Amino acid sequence: MRSAALLSEPVLASAGRRARGLPSMSSLAEKDRPIVQLLLNTGTCPRCILRFCCVGSQMLYRHPHKDLLKDLQEFLRKSQEEEDTVCLDVAHPPCKRLRLEPGGEGADGLKHNGAVLQLPSADSGAAAVGCSAGNVCNVCLGILQEFCEADFVKKVCQKVNAADYQFTSFVFSVSLPPQLSVRERAAWLGVKQQMRNLGLPLPKDDIVQLKEAYKWIIHPQLSEELGVPADGKSLFEVSVVFSHPETDEECHFLATACPDCFKPAKNKQSVFTRMAVIKALEKIKEEDFLKHFPWPPSSPKNLCDALEIQCNNGAVFVAGRYNKYSRNLPQTPWIIDGERKLESSVEELISEHLMAQFKADSFNFSSSGREDVDVRTLGNGRPFAIELVNPRRIHFTAEEMKRLQQAINDSSDKIQVRDLQLVTREAIGRMKEGEEEKTKTYSALIWTDKAIQREDIAFLDDIKELKLDQKTPLRVLHRRPLAVRCRLIHTMKSEYIDEHHFRLHLKTQAGTYIKEFVHGDFGRTKPNIGSLLNRTADILELDVESVDVDWPPTLAD
Amino acid sequence: MAAGAAGPGGAERYFTRWYKPDVKGRPCEDFCVLQHSNRICVITLAEAHPLLQSGKTIKNINYQISANCSRLQNKVSGKSKRGAQFLTELAPLCRISSSDGEEYTIYSCIRGRLIEVNENILSNPALLQEKPSTEGYIAVVLPKFEESKSITQGLLTQKEYEEVLLKRRSSAS
Repeated sequence: MRSAALLSEPVLASAGRRARGLPSMSSLAEKDRPIVQLLLNTGTCPRCILRFCCVGSQMLYRHPHKDLLKDLQEFLRKSQEEEDTVCLDVAHPPCKRLRLEPGGEGADGLKHNGAVLQLPSADSGAAAVGCSAGNVCNVCLGILQEFCEADFVKKVCQKVNAADYQFTSFVFSVSLPPQLSVRERAAWLGVKQQMRNLGLPLPKDDIVQLKEAYKWIIHPQLSEELGVPADGKSLFEVSVVFSHPETDEECHFLATACPDCFKPAKNKQSVFTRMAVIKALEKIKEEDFLKHFPWPPSSPKNLCDALEIQCNNGAVFVAGRYNKYSRNLPQTPWIIDGERKLESSVEELISEHLMAQFKADSFNFSSSGREDVDVRTLGNGRPFAIELVNPRRIHFTAEEMKRLQQAINDSSDKIQVRDLQLVTREAIGRMKEGEEEKTKTYSALIWTDKAIQREDIAFLDDIKELKLDQKTPLRVLHRRPLAVRCRLIHTMKSEYIDEHHFRLHLKTQAGTYIKEFVHGDFGRTKPNIGSLLNRTADILELDVESVDVDWPPTLAD
Repeated sequence: MAAGAAGPGGAERYFTRWYKPDVKGRPCEDFCVLQHSNRICVITLAEAHPLLQSGKTIKNINYQISANCSRLQNKVSGKSKRGAQFLTELAPLCRISSSDGEEYTIYSCIRGRLIEVNENILSNPALLQEKPSTEGYIAVVLPKFEESKSITQGLLTQKEYEEVLLKRRSSAS
């Protein structure tokens, strides 16, 4: 019956919620009364009080702050009337500030002079608001107050909309200042002590997490404002980082008590990180904690700051094949000692167009192997994939991809791209598999010191599956481990040019160093063209004719 | 690839040649350091070295440079070449004796980590004389990153070395 009365007010206050089925203060039981009483009087906000009472009804948290406060006061008053004879805690002095409040009608709760925690009645709501609602909550520092209000939701959504992302759902993430854990612990110990003093059983310690309650409240509001559902699996993340000016100050005693939890780290501005504080809270003894951070703490001076409101879209992946027609173009930017050697690169020529269209923050280029700066890649080209990090735009039709490919191809005659398409992250693995397993074909222009005749090189065509022992080439030895690798030259076909030149077509196992197979690399690749011909041989030009990887799928023109 | 029709031969296009003549005061015991643009160095005998003069026959090549140090035991692992023997400028790499009873010590000439020694010349010593600056190399040394420029400062360029050779010839005649 009592709870029915409690229920009625919020229903009227927010009629729009009626249809969704209503929770109520009936979620609170008599055993919660001392908790509500203690926390409400010491300056904790109604929603944090619900959390400490383990109220799991999401709807209830969404009620307006003011209504919740009234309901809690009502709850205390009603149960007080009901159990008029119950004498509450006499050991603890009441909240001084409350006693000074001219909340005259609270007298019906006052049975022993100054002994009972003073309860503001529903009628003295104004005074109570001065304590609990107008002031910053001493547990959540405003997270479940100001930062649940429509103004803040609007601010977040304005940021999101201004960032101009394509998204169909969102996941919301929050980072909270670490001293909230300290304050929550303090409140919890306060509650426990109160219960002990009253001779009541200790409450369950699985209170509702602040983050969880915050999301219950803010998700529906964000969802309505953004026009898309909240979804824990969404690739579009809206994140808010809250900070508080007094974090270091309030956590400082933990560093004295548990110095080993707070090791300075290079990339951290403060040693008081969330994880370090939680670890220290697990370690510190209860009495030590209470000594340094008794309940209730002095009322907080400041709200949390919403330090950052940021958006991030999950990466999208674009794959294709490229041809490289230049012998002065590296695959990736060539920078030595911070100085650029050549002005462009394959990855830049392709990525700059993708970056502009997808409006991404950055990109990561990968490919099925690579060619040297002076090597061309002909034929069907080399498979590549580009990860676009935090793209604003993510939806592209096949037609739009085709136009994008055309734009890349029109912009440079050094490269051409085909089969440009959106792919999944998983599919890229197929390209990397191919890197080791598949075959490649090359065409090399070779010079010899001693004169050659057609018949001197004809025998190369008959060699099949030639086994090489290839030491890591000197030209890459500075950045790769020293090893001897066994590689196969599947077939060779020679094309005589003149007494000192011939062209050699090779089909090889992926990972074979062709230049070293020709000149021998100080005899470190054996056998080599020089040793086979019994001459000194050198390679003048090299082209990749094909990279035999069947990914990404070929697209019709 | 820059090579024209004449062709430079071998892999030397990307290497700069540096010389250290009369090492340890021994006349004509000259060495050549081929430095790649990636800072890797290949240590070879220079053309004027007594071992490369006509009439010399190599009897033995020994990488055991002291009772408890053999360059053949050098093993490196990983990209960072852990476990390499560290060489100072005058660290011996090997000793080569010729059939006329002479013994020559081959020195590193530069500071750095020993990456590999050429084991091919053990089974085929003729390589050393036939192709001293390619397949007949002695060892590969990786200087420290921060020393990759300074290690060649005390060495002669190709041109300076040619002048040394000229002087030798004129003083001999």
